[in-house]
Amino acid sequence: MRTDELIIEAGMTERHYWQDLWRFRELLYFLAWRDILVRYKQTVIGVAWAVLRPVLTMIVFTVVFGKLANLPSEGNAPYAIMVFAAVLPWQFFSTAISEAGSSLTSNASMISKVYFPRLIIPTSTIIVNLVDFVISSLILAALMGWYGYAPSFRILTVPLFLLLAFTAAMSAGVWIAALNVRYRDFRYIVPFVVQFGLYVSPVGFSINVIPEQWRLLYSLNPMVGVIEGFRWGILGGGAQLYWPSVWLSFTLVVALGVTGVMYFRKTEKSFADVI
Amino acid sequence: MPVAIAVDNLSKKYIICHQKRERYTALRDVLANGAKSLAHKLIKPFAASEIASTHEEFWALKGVNFSVEQGDRVGIIGRNGAGKSTLLKILSRITEPTSGRIRIRGRVSSLLEVGTGFHPELTGRENIFLNGAILGMSKMETKSKFDEIVAFAEVEKFLDTPVKRYSSGMYVRLAFAVAAHLEPEVLMVDEVLAVGDASFQNKCLGKMQDVSTQGRTLLFVSHNMGVINALCNKAILLQMGQVVVSDTVESALARYMQRNTTEGGHQFVNNEVGKPDAKANVLEACVLGPQGEPSPSILIDENFFIRLVWQLNVRVPFLRVGIEIIDSTSVVVLSSMDTDTTDLYGKPREPGVFHETVKISSFLLMPGSYVVKVFAGMPGLERIMEVDHLLEFEVIDNHTHLSHVGGARRSGYIATPLQWGIQFEHAE
Repeated sequence: MRTDELIIEAGMTERHYWQDLWRFRELLYFLAWRDILVRYKQTVIGVAWAVLRPVLTMIVFTVVFGKLANLPSEGNAPYAIMVFAAVLPWQFFSTAISEAGSSLTSNASMISKVYFPRLIIPTSTIIVNLVDFVISSLILAALMGWYGYAPSFRILTVPLFLLLAFTAAMSAGVWIAALNVRYRDFRYIVPFVVQFGLYVSPVGFSINVIPEQWRLLYSLNPMVGVIEGFRWGILGGGAQLYWPSVWLSFTLVVALGVTGVMYFRKTEKSFADVI
Repeated sequence: MPVAIAVDNLSKKYIICHQKRERYTALRDVLANGAKSLAHKLIKPFAASEIASTHEEFWALKGVNFSVEQGDRVGIIGRNGAGKSTLLKILSRITEPTSGRIRIRGRVSSLLEVGTGFHPELTGRENIFLNGAILGMSKMETKSKFDEIVAFAEVEKFLDTPVKRYSSGMYVRLAFAVAAHLEPEVLMVDEVLAVGDASFQNKCLGKMQDVSTQGRTLLFVSHNMGVINALCNKAILLQMGQVVVSDTVESALARYMQRNTTEGGHQFVNNEVGKPDAKANVLEACVLGPQGEPSPSILIDENFFIRLVWQLNVRVPFLRVGIEIIDSTSVVVLSSMDTDTTDLYGKPREPGVFHETVKISSFLLMPGSYVVKVFAGMPGLERIMEVDHLLEFEVIDNHTHLSHVGGARRSGYIATPLQWGIQFEHAE
């Protein structure tokens, strides 16, 4: 066994942090595995929840925006598919940030008793949400089969947009998780932001509804780029992608992520004292 | 021997907020306090800030220095609040120090609690892997020790049962078993041996002793002097966040026992004497050692005293004053009244100040910490004085073998040695 020397000093940024993170990758795996195992335990309909939520959201939006408000779809895609292509990343993002946000406080006993890089906890919650994402993707596939709507080669770009969605969830999640340890107000802020975000993001409607001159401003919401990217990839054909919104979203997400990880690491060492 | 742990001028400061009940800050409070202090300044611009006084600095550790050689088994002792757990938390990187520097050589594992991260919905098998990962074991390592862990915990039959259906004994055994199979070069343990029944405690202790024979370094925090004696070859005594002794176990224990410490709850002085409405009140109380000196710690083989000075403000037709000695699990171990052995029973008492002392014999209370409750009343009529948590003291075992089997605590509440008659017939 190699002898490694550990030095602990006040205010010292851990030199081995990323190395430690790698060493604890199994913990990441086990935590995610634990959360997946217990996710739907003692629920009556179990995994069906993962199906029900996106489907109901899709139905409501299709009826309200597609039928009642008569908003246009993108290209020739059925309105339901257009909505579902957006529900997919939005549901992932919103659940991931709310769960990541409370992840540290719900694992308080671990944080105050054991050392490990704390970044593992919010990361594992976000990974767990990928499971629901996969289930939702299968529903989308079924839905497209039902409508007989074939995707184009652009579907291959979806993983890239998923990566963007994952990074966005991670960036926001890390910020909220760290802030929530000190200020429990975020318990109330996050559900509000999530609810609000559903309406200010183009989930129920296409970005084409937004007048041209406002689109860049509208894209300051980083989820706009992500959602539009998903639509562009999944719907193929006539769907247009407003690229500046994707780049803007990418830039914002990276900036949020870098500052988030910095803030997280700065406060991480006092988590055990204030949690 | 090379140095395994070197601690250099380590300090840790906490900010205590007196005002708040919540354990966490809320933005609401931050804003409200800001507004309050602003308003305060506007109204009384020259008064000292009231808000600031609610925040107090508390040094849990201050200027701690020591070093531990590889293979040493070091016991960390000290009274409640001396900084033992804080020290362990800093050493195991759970919280960071305010200042100072630590160097540790080798792979570190710390065990501050058994069963950290156990999930009640998961089965025993699943929890073993999860807990192993949390404690820093790789999956391969856990797999290779799996059978050993299960055998140690004696839960073979329930491996696939969710742990929420386990009895508390099984739960604790499983939790400790995982931790006991860690193989770090430096192991830090905080009072986790106080779990399970006596036979399991002995098993755990045996496991801890193995650690040291394999040349690993052990840091062990405990209140149980018997275990420290049995397990450690060195000891560090902490007092109010500072190292008082870092030497052999004997010298640290001796110092720990030293009289005339000023800290602790063994002395009580009433600062609000003469509440007009009270019929009686306690003026002073103290736990006294065998020579009559105030003492927070009593050796098991010494007599000691509890002194009580109280004031009676009205004449009462009859009265008895009593104490209850209560152990750390809230069991009243002993109660005694001043009318038990005096001629005051059923007699009236005049207003005035009473000085009373009760002698408690050696070899009576088991080692441990106790609190004293005081009361005075007319039986069946009225209780005129009652203080629940008046004094604290602890009884310490000095190698009498009365309180411990091996290293684990004997069960029972009384530490009196009894006479045994033994007849032996040799086997033919």
